[in-house]
Amino acid sequence: MADDIKPRLRVPATARKGELVEIKTLITHPMESGQRKDAEGKLVPRMIVNALTVTFNGKPVVNVTLEPAVAANPYMSFFMRAQESGTLKFTWTDDQKNSWTAESKLDVS
Amino acid sequence: MTISSSLITRRGALAAIAAVIATRQAMATPESAREWLAGLAKGTPQDAKVTLKAPEIAENGMAVPFSVSVDSEMSEKSYVKALYIAADGNPNPPVAIYEFSPLAGKAEVALRVKLSQTQNLIAVAEMNDGTLYRASREVKVTIGGCGG
Repeated sequence: MADDIKPRLRVPATARKGELVEIKTLITHPMESGQRKDAEGKLVPRMIVNALTVTFNGKPVVNVTLEPAVAANPYMSFFMRAQESGTLKFTWTDDQKNSWTAESKLDVS
Repeated sequence: MTISSSLITRRGALAAIAAVIATRQAMATPESAREWLAGLAKGTPQDAKVTLKAPEIAENGMAVPFSVSVDSEMSEKSYVKALYIAADGNPNPPVAIYEFSPLAGKAEVALRVKLSQTQNLIAVAEMNDGTLYRASREVKVTIGGCGG
C-alpha cells in the first residue's frame, strides 16, 4: 500500500516579483477514517495523512493539519507571494510517521 | 439540559449523562463542532470576511470539493494566522487546520471533504491580532461518505 503513495505538484516554474503563485498538491493516499467497516464487519483502523508543511527557502508558507474527514487522495491548493527565487519544499506525514517530500523550484524575475 | 437538578434522581442523572455520551459517540452534533472550534479560536467570531464556496448539493459525500478564502492583505502587520474548518454533522467534526505566514500572500485554500450526511461546513479565521471571522454553508448530501 505504502508503495502507491505518491505526492504530485502543480506549481509554476517562473513568476514575476510580487505575483501570487497558485500551488496545487495531491498525494495518493486512502485516508482511512477509522469509521469504515470491512466485509467482516470489523472497523478498518484509522490511517491518514495528518499533516502537510510547505516552506519556501526554509521559511514557512503554510502548515495544514488534516483530520479523518479529508477525502481520499487529499488535494490541497493554496497561494504564495513570489518575492525571490528559491525552492518550495513540501512534506506530508501520516499516522505512522511515514513522510513524503517533494520540491519545486521557482524562478522569480 | 433545562430540567432543574432537584427533580432528577441520581440514577436518572446518570442515565441522562450516559445517553448524552452514547449519542455523542454515535454521531456528531453541531454542539461538538462548535466546542471544537471554540477550543481553538477563543472569542466570538463575526460573520464577515470569510467566503466559503461549496456545492449546494453533493451527490457523493465521499469527496466534496470546497474552498475558503479570507479577505486579508496578508502583510506582516495584518494576516490570517489560522483557519479552522469543521463539518458539523460528521462522526468527527474537525476537517482541517491551516496555519499561514504572511508569505502565503493570499488566504485562499481548496480541499475535498467526506460528508456523512446533509450538514454545514464551518470555517473560522483567526487573524494575527486575535480577531475572529467565520462563514458557514449547508451542503445537501445525497449519498453519505462515511462507512462502507
